[in-house]
Amino acid sequence: MADNNKNPHECPDTGHEWDGIRELTNPPPRWWTIALYLSGLLVLVYFILYPSLPLVTGNTKGILGWTQIKEYKEDLAKIEEKRAPFEDRIAAMSAEEILEDDELLRYAVGSSKVLYGDNCAACHGVGGYPQPGSGYPILANDDWLYGGTIDKIIETLAKGRQGMMPAHANLLTEEEVDGLVDFVVNSANGEATDAQWKLYNEKGCVACHGADAKGIQQLGSANLADKVWRFSGEPDEIRHTILHGVNDANDPLTRVAVMPAWNEKLAVRLEAEEYGDDPEEYYDGTETERLTENEIKKLAIYVHQLGGGE
Amino acid sequence: MSENLKSAELNINDIYDEVSDWHVNAGGTKVVAKRMSGRFRRLKWFGMSVWLIFFIGPYLRWNGKQAVLFDIPNRQFHFFDITIFPQDIWMLSLTLLFFAILLAAVTSIAGRVFCGYFCFQTVWTDVFTFIETRIEGDTPQKAMKFKSAPASLSKISRITLKHSLWLAIALLTGLTFAAWFTDVFQLWHDFFTLQASLVAWIVLGMFTVGTYVFAGFMREQVCFWLCPYARLQGVMYDQDTVLPAYDAERGEPRGKLKKGAIDSSKGSCIDCKVCVAVCPTGIDIRKGQQEGCITCGMCIDACDSIMDKTNQPRGLIRYASYKDLHHNAPPAALYKRPRVLIYSFILMVAFSGVGYGFATLSTTEFQVIHNRQPVFVQLSDGSIQNRYTLKMLNKTNENIQVSYTISGLEGATLHGIDESVIIEPGKVSPLQALVRIPDGKLQTELEHLTFTANVISNPDISVHYESIFMGPK
Repeated sequence: MADNNKNPHECPDTGHEWDGIRELTNPPPRWWTIALYLSGLLVLVYFILYPSLPLVTGNTKGILGWTQIKEYKEDLAKIEEKRAPFEDRIAAMSAEEILEDDELLRYAVGSSKVLYGDNCAACHGVGGYPQPGSGYPILANDDWLYGGTIDKIIETLAKGRQGMMPAHANLLTEEEVDGLVDFVVNSANGEATDAQWKLYNEKGCVACHGADAKGIQQLGSANLADKVWRFSGEPDEIRHTILHGVNDANDPLTRVAVMPAWNEKLAVRLEAEEYGDDPEEYYDGTETERLTENEIKKLAIYVHQLGGGE
Repeated sequence: MSENLKSAELNINDIYDEVSDWHVNAGGTKVVAKRMSGRFRRLKWFGMSVWLIFFIGPYLRWNGKQAVLFDIPNRQFHFFDITIFPQDIWMLSLTLLFFAILLAAVTSIAGRVFCGYFCFQTVWTDVFTFIETRIEGDTPQKAMKFKSAPASLSKISRITLKHSLWLAIALLTGLTFAAWFTDVFQLWHDFFTLQASLVAWIVLGMFTVGTYVFAGFMREQVCFWLCPYARLQGVMYDQDTVLPAYDAERGEPRGKLKKGAIDSSKGSCIDCKVCVAVCPTGIDIRKGQQEGCITCGMCIDACDSIMDKTNQPRGLIRYASYKDLHHNAPPAALYKRPRVLIYSFILMVAFSGVGYGFATLSTTEFQVIHNRQPVFVQLSDGSIQNRYTLKMLNKTNENIQVSYTISGLEGATLHGIDESVIIEPGKVSPLQALVRIPDGKLQTELEHLTFTANVISNPDISVHYESIFMGPK
């Protein structure tokens, strides 16, 4: 440490002098020099241990065989390991049982927040509230086209949904359409007149929307007697729905409302179980599984607690 | 210095001369300080003994648990009966403020008291050098003699003994530090069965190596070149600050004592250099106040003993203020010194803040977060629904049963949560709650309502939280 000479009088110089300032040849401290060589050595060690040199096809691998993706996968495996006991329990329990279990419920809601963001929020919005006017169903209220029990939500997620309302542009006169628009507007407030109800029944709307106009969940038809609008409550928009229908392949102006299937295999199995059959007989081998069964279950729970689960 | 710059013509050689005159020890020479007994030596041992709390503290038990425990994994701080949660962390900031200002206040009154008597660097170094001087001799000459002696069994065993003792202290330091953060008995067990957690090993390793290197080898160099407080405290002095100082008026011109007789033409200083020999940082106090002085008073003890021997009055080196030394003026009364007053005021504020914190330490923490995505939804019957997250933290030691109610908004009803929930000690139980208000009842788009968490077993600790309810415009 003491190999450098602090006293300028005793220190040799290079003979260079500027305005009385001499350039000394004071070497840097030894520890500093050693540290410099050590850091050089460190670089060498790093070159040997880690991927370092780019080659024409690829790069040197380093003797540790470390890669970023490998490290990422190892980290992921650690998380999976922590989640495994919860996931196992979720797999073993029915969704209804999970709703009763505080700890699992918290896990399911917490861990499906990202799932929801990745798969659902694009249409249904963060928190189950889509962009107003976007035409996607609100998940945070208590109005359910196909039912809001946890099992119904699972079914909806698994097999997807595609409602159908025929276009009425060619079936109704202009006055009839006006009358039905008025009916729908009034019905939401419970103020539909007898004449409007008569029109509603005569024109066949009742077949799908039900005798009380509250919709039929087996069909996914909209509830016309509540304050929640499937598309919009504006008279012009209601008229558009009546004229062009929903998912009517023959009308280019029709409203499009398609919920994709997220696990067809689960959907088939649920259907088979409903009839008490062996699901193996139902599978045709083409069923897709975009989300796992556990993911479907967790997402259903997430949606169920957004504000309107039954 | 400043006077020199103004009056004298600036000559480059003067600078060179001053540089060569000021010997700065950058670790090149090892300081071997002579140990002498005296008032300040006793005071130093007393100050150092404060650190026994550090070593004994973790073993104190309270209600079957460690009395003082910084439980980082569970984010709790246990202090006897009191448990402090991260929510109360503002008290820690006030505590830190208190001690920071205390350092400033003490420094302003009596110099670097912390450095000289309490600082871990000083204390551990003192213990390490105590061991070293016992083994290798307590003057630079004896130490050199020991170093240059030919290798022998005795020499090797003495060196081994020194390093073993140092390492043992370093290990104990590391382990004790770790023990404040986890159960101490379990920790000993884990270390000896090699089952301690990685973090525990890292802490032990860092503190052991740190203690061994800092106290064993770097010593005063840490104060010179590493420690910011050492540098900071210099600016906290003023002319009334009392510091160990050499009375140059009385001492100069210094000169060797001849045949034991006092030469009246000379000052009191007999240039025996004992004050330099005892200095743990190796400085010469007679050159005046300087950054290396940790104000430990060892030179005062040394000089006093010499004064006694030469039949001169004590106090050639003594605790004295600048005013005392140069103007023969007594230091100003404490209450007349603005620094002291300002520091005292801040100290009082910080202290009462912490006192207030302890006095009002709540047993629960209740928070309601209004969900903004979406801010509201309309339900099929037209009613407006808002969603909330209720967070109730239980800071007591037992389960509490809580039920929630709302008030302050006419027509609003609470849905979606159980009648009552059990919250475990130290846990937060976040709950989703829905509040509905029938169609048309809402007066404006933004209303206020109050959530109440009723602790069923103890109605005294029921807590309120005011939140908002939003609806369509």
